[in-house]
Amino acid sequence: MPEFDLASAAVQAALDAGAHYADARLTVRRYESMSAHNGDIEDLTQDESAGIGVRALIGSSWGFYAVPDPGTAAARHAGERAARIAQASTLVPGAPIQLAPVDVRQDSWANGCEIDPLSVPLSEKGDLLAGVTATMREHGADIALASYDAWDTRKWFVSSEGHRIAQHVRECGAGMNATAVGDGETQRRSYPGIRGHFGTAGWELVRSLDMPGNAARIAEEARALLSAPQCPPIETDLILGGEQMALQIHESVGHATELDRILGWEAAFAGTSWLDLAQLGSLKFGSELMTITADPTLPGALGSFGYDDEGTPAQPVDIVRDGIWVGALAGRDSAALAGLPYGGSMRADGFNRMPMVRMTNVGLLPGQHSLDDIIAATDDGIYMDTNRSWSIDDRRLDFQFGCEIGWEIKNGNRGRMLRNPTYTGVSPVFWGSLDMLGNDLVYWGTPNCGKGQPMQIGHTAHPAVPARFRGVRVGVTG
Amino acid sequence: MSAELAGLVLDLVAKAAPDAEAEVTVVRGELALTRFAGSAIHQNVAEDIGKVRLRLHTEGRTASSATTLTSLDALEALVERTIGAARLRPEDAGWGGLTPPSPLSGEGNYDPATAAADPGARAAVVRAFVDAAGGLETAGYCRTSETITVYANSAGQSVTARATAAITDGIARTCSSDGVARSAAVRLGDLDGAALGEHAAARARLAADPVPLAPGRYPVVLEASAVADLVGFSAWYGFNARAVAEGRSFVELGHEQFDPAITLHDDPLRPDALGVPVDAEGAPKRPLPLVLGGISTSLTHDRRTARQAGAESTGHAVPGGERFGALAGHLCLRPGPEGPDLLAGLDRGLLVSDLWYTRVLDPRTLVVTGLTRNGVWWVEDGRIVRPVRNLRFTQSYLDALAPGSVQAVGARAESIPGTYGEGRTSTPGVRLASWNFTGGAAD
Repeated sequence: MPEFDLASAAVQAALDAGAHYADARLTVRRYESMSAHNGDIEDLTQDESAGIGVRALIGSSWGFYAVPDPGTAAARHAGERAARIAQASTLVPGAPIQLAPVDVRQDSWANGCEIDPLSVPLSEKGDLLAGVTATMREHGADIALASYDAWDTRKWFVSSEGHRIAQHVRECGAGMNATAVGDGETQRRSYPGIRGHFGTAGWELVRSLDMPGNAARIAEEARALLSAPQCPPIETDLILGGEQMALQIHESVGHATELDRILGWEAAFAGTSWLDLAQLGSLKFGSELMTITADPTLPGALGSFGYDDEGTPAQPVDIVRDGIWVGALAGRDSAALAGLPYGGSMRADGFNRMPMVRMTNVGLLPGQHSLDDIIAATDDGIYMDTNRSWSIDDRRLDFQFGCEIGWEIKNGNRGRMLRNPTYTGVSPVFWGSLDMLGNDLVYWGTPNCGKGQPMQIGHTAHPAVPARFRGVRVGVTG
Repeated sequence: MSAELAGLVLDLVAKAAPDAEAEVTVVRGELALTRFAGSAIHQNVAEDIGKVRLRLHTEGRTASSATTLTSLDALEALVERTIGAARLRPEDAGWGGLTPPSPLSGEGNYDPATAAADPGARAAVVRAFVDAAGGLETAGYCRTSETITVYANSAGQSVTARATAAITDGIARTCSSDGVARSAAVRLGDLDGAALGEHAAARARLAADPVPLAPGRYPVVLEASAVADLVGFSAWYGFNARAVAEGRSFVELGHEQFDPAITLHDDPLRPDALGVPVDAEGAPKRPLPLVLGGISTSLTHDRRTARQAGAESTGHAVPGGERFGALAGHLCLRPGPEGPDLLAGLDRGLLVSDLWYTRVLDPRTLVVTGLTRNGVWWVEDGRIVRPVRNLRFTQSYLDALAPGSVQAVGARAESIPGTYGEGRTSTPGVRLASWNFTGGAAD
């Protein structure tokens, strides 16, 4: 195939220029997004990008160069430039990089997709978004927004070790939110989550969300929040809905267990981690109910793939087992340095970015209880759902998260609605207080995970269920 | 070549949809970034940038598309796709029209040497930073970029602009602390890696072995990096005309919403401004006063919000702005008069280097939560007494800068790069009467 030939030419050029390892990804991506505002379609974007990114390893540094719209000469040029860039790094050298061994594969992979999102008529998509925003306006929203995004990505990967892997990944998702403007503040309700719900799936995912059936409800809730009592500043039992649990996992477990952060490679910007590799296998991260895996093989989840962007086949990895920290998200370079057996978490945001350690589908194993069971078992507490704000320190230890909506829980019953609910904690203490886990498992897709320099936006998912935590500080305000 | 490409796309649109209003933006250039960690370069990347963006309005409907492909076939497909998409859309009642012919004030701040900087030049800056840290572990990046933007539309506007940028941002680390130094400039030659590394190391040593401090409200001196966060959030959430129209903003023009010591401009034409002097709709960028002596004065508009408000575009359109409005990218907080150091007036309070992971809890009140980072110190009688551990805050930025709350504005502005490497803010430090620390970060 010409795509493999171009990638092979780039790899060979990097080797000819002195690299002792090189790989190349030729990527063609189509992206479509539409948004509606108060009943009108306000934006429609259809982008396409095609290009090749080449990674070359010399000594202690990767060199990377990307070109758009490549022919053979441009691909070779990219390979040579990648090697020259890596060579320049020897002015400030470190320890030589090794790569963890991986099976060399020639393969192809595509995710399941019943209805191609890009083939669904724009009129149908527009009617959906315009309709739900009109409904939200009719039911009390001052600002009603809805949008969808769809990506169709084809990648051809070649390495100097012999990989030749083609992948076709189709992703999409949608969401909506209603904002009510009050006297001096705003309140917002979103559905299904803060920015929607996304997966490696076709348009059938969007149809399954039943956005029209939820539009009126969230608008009415946003309006009602303006007059709801403020979440009190107390310490209490906290029940989190599944969507907020996805955020909790993402920020306090997913990022904390990225090996590049643990090794200090992201120290200046994204930060490091409170985790110490010397404690892998013994550190108590949370209660015994806490078992978290990173599993890129989950059908339909947004962080799923056949192979990561350095050719490592997808496979599940335990991160926390029965409350003990046992694993990390890694690439071949960081895994080799840390002495871990497996990478498999390296992905890039497009052809023009170098792969880096990214979350895959990092999530909780579910428990036995329904949300109603958890509420019924709680004498005094607060139930919060749908993320509104998130902030965590650069070691992923101290966090303060806000939700869109809360309810008092008294004697096992859901009571008054509460506005501006927030909670704060320290990761192992918070996870250590987990004492009830729900069974309503959803693979929440997160299409906006920022990391790296230049900034890359990653797609991850978080299998999550409602859960209860004991003795949490809530209601922090400015 | 970019101008010819833009003209070709306009010609293709004219043939396919003669009545369409169309605008084409062609961006070319190179972005290169050399990252270091553990005092060694570990990731060294560059990309050849090439992108064509088409937006058109036909039969009352609007759509936009972009591509990295520049063959005739690909450009014909771009035009066909965009026209097809527009025709399937509902009518766009808010369309703001195309920018009429209007010259730029200049081509932009451009340095040929920075445009030509090779990985060796960036590595040399990193080498100097690492060496100047005196053995402390270091991490950060040195980045250079060249951007050439051609904009043309069917109303006759046709401009070319170019810009270069160079940024160095890094930390030095002890076992218990980090110190930071960062700067942004048009010319790589204006960045002194050694001076930055030396500053970061000195701050890291000064912040070593911090002690806990009880949460509470304290007077603070915020250094320039921290102030850039306040200024940016105020502009993007507040002075954004779309946010005002939707009722999400706190801004009330003509009202004294800030302390009289606060004067804030967006100034894309300064000789040290980064970025091209043309916005995403082809409008010339120009200076805009947002706050004059504490009084909210102007909003940032693109053509869509300007039309709705009966105003004119202020040249702040950004790609994708249909969803979130027009944004200021060249913010400048006016320095205060020469006088004693900001710390000199702080009897008991905190000196804060940097803010981290700040998130807005409510845009109307501009209540933000976040943490301190890269050094916090307890100050008594104008002198640093001891470093303290990082703290979480939950604070209304609007209240922090409100009338009577700003005790002093520093006399010297620094050039602070944007958090994500784009743009920069020119700002001095400030001394504020109160800052609400709501928790101690767990160290």
